[in-house]
Amino acid sequence: MSAPTKIRATAKDGITEVRMLMQHDMENGRRKDEADNLIPAWYITEIKAHHNGKIVLEGRFGTAVSKNPYLVFRFRGGATGDKIALSWLDNQGDMRSDEVGIS
Amino acid sequence: MKAGINLERRNALKTGGWLGLLAVAGLIRPGAASADWLKAAFAAKTIGEALDAMGALIPENSSAIQITTPEIAENGAVVPVTVDSSLSRTEQISILVDKNPTMLVASFDIPEGTEGYLTTRIKMAQTATVIALVKVNGKFYRASKEVKVMKGGC
Repeated sequence: MSAPTKIRATAKDGITEVRMLMQHDMENGRRKDEADNLIPAWYITEIKAHHNGKIVLEGRFGTAVSKNPYLVFRFRGGATGDKIALSWLDNQGDMRSDEVGIS
Repeated sequence: MKAGINLERRNALKTGGWLGLLAVAGLIRPGAASADWLKAAFAAKTIGEALDAMGALIPENSSAIQITTPEIAENGAVVPVTVDSSLSRTEQISILVDKNPTMLVASFDIPEGTEGYLTTRIKMAQTATVIALVKVNGKFYRASKEVKVMKGGC
């Protein structure tokens, strides 16, 4: 079971800045465990961020995004209380969506 | 010699031209056609392959793109990168590393209303050049920066 994405969104001077920390191992498929077996690739492939249901960022990841992906972006508009949602999908079909209000 | 040039031109027309035409005709959204070319781009093992897959044949250097990284990264598993593009209507930002096992790290579509600004953390296998590739109005621009990596983390 995946852990929630930590999201913080703050609006200031007409710009909303969104900071996100996704919880994911981001295994590249080339590492080996203690018994020398390859650890299968397991990583987020797609992310989508929405502001009140409207898409504000869409991203695609390879395996070289660091473990527990961190992302900051900015969009014009946004007011206190508006909803920011972040959803991701990984290469094993797991997905997750989290939402916060802009502060 | 002549054959080589023709071949190059042909490839250019095939990749850039074809995708460009489809995009202009409005037949594909940047996101909708992504599956195939992104798969190829993420699998690319050389910068040339990656750029080719993305339809970015020879991106122009642009001083309007700021790329911020540490000069020296102690740990290649977590290297902070910020890309700030002041090119108006930046539609896509991609981050590549020229000496990683695969070149393309991440690619972002920037809808109207979202700034050409992104911060993330990436893995680097060794000392290498981080490239920010920015797409504006179907054209690609780039900025790059070398990062010395003490301990590889790919």
